[in-house]
Amino acid sequence: MAEPVTALNGARFEGIATIEDAGPTGMITLRGDLASKEVKAAVKKAVGLDIPGQRAALGGKETAALWMSPDELLLMCPYDKVAETIATLDAALEGQHFLAVNVSDARSFLRISGGGAREVLAKLCPVDLSPDAFAPGMFRRTRMAQVPAAFWLDEGGTFHLVCFRSVGEYAFNLLKTAALSGGEVGVYG
Amino acid sequence: MLILTCPCCGVTAEETEFHQGGEAHLTRHGPGASEEEFHTYLFAKENPKGVHFERWRHNNGCGKWFHAARDTVTLEVYGTYSAQTLEPPQVIRDAITAKRPGWRWREFA
Repeated sequence: MAEPVTALNGARFEGIATIEDAGPTGMITLRGDLASKEVKAAVKKAVGLDIPGQRAALGGKETAALWMSPDELLLMCPYDKVAETIATLDAALEGQHFLAVNVSDARSFLRISGGGAREVLAKLCPVDLSPDAFAPGMFRRTRMAQVPAAFWLDEGGTFHLVCFRSVGEYAFNLLKTAALSGGEVGVYG
Repeated sequence: MLILTCPCCGVTAEETEFHQGGEAHLTRHGPGASEEEFHTYLFAKENPKGVHFERWRHNNGCGKWFHAARDTVTLEVYGTYSAQTLEPPQVIRDAITAKRPGWRWREFA
């Protein structure tokens, strides 16, 4: 079988923040009634996580559950576990009105880490990224320059960002430019 | 610049995260509608100076449609509310009345 390749193919840049391709990652769109006990049980069984609250992200070991909209989650798992995870969801939700589909190759997944990470994103997105307003565990879908993107912050201060694969290179170049050394604004101390 | 709050995901963001979707509360008459009704649906739009009701979509966010009541002169936003309604809720009407007593928009007041 052919090896999966991401649009960014492992690209990495170090400036005031480190921008790196997170590599092939399993992503599953799950639509359904997020308040139902069936969906809750299915997500628990598939990725071992609860249903995240409104605009929240839950991360586990190699998995994540992200709140995309009132009826949609994005589930993450290792790339080679996607088929297995979808099968678990399908079995657990049989008879329910739901959709679980593999979108692993539809999106680019990046990591933004380092001291300037908040500032780099704040330059590109109309979001208040001050530590008081944007805390670990929050998930935000927004606009990054000219494209839609979504990101969350983990406990270690690293941002994880997803955007469409077709604009992956554009997104990387945007972040790279915003993270160039000498571009510090220092607005977040 | 408008600051809108999406009633579906609760985000308050500036207008570039959203997309405007035309006038709110239009009635599309069913099969067998008269030419006059279809003409009204397509072309007879409000162009007010003041209170206005619009449809918006949170296209860079949760992707859902909603309604917004705003003022075309001052650009203040009186409120946003669910897309699943045929008329502005009372709380929105009251918010407008508090600032623009005697307002009228189509059949709403």
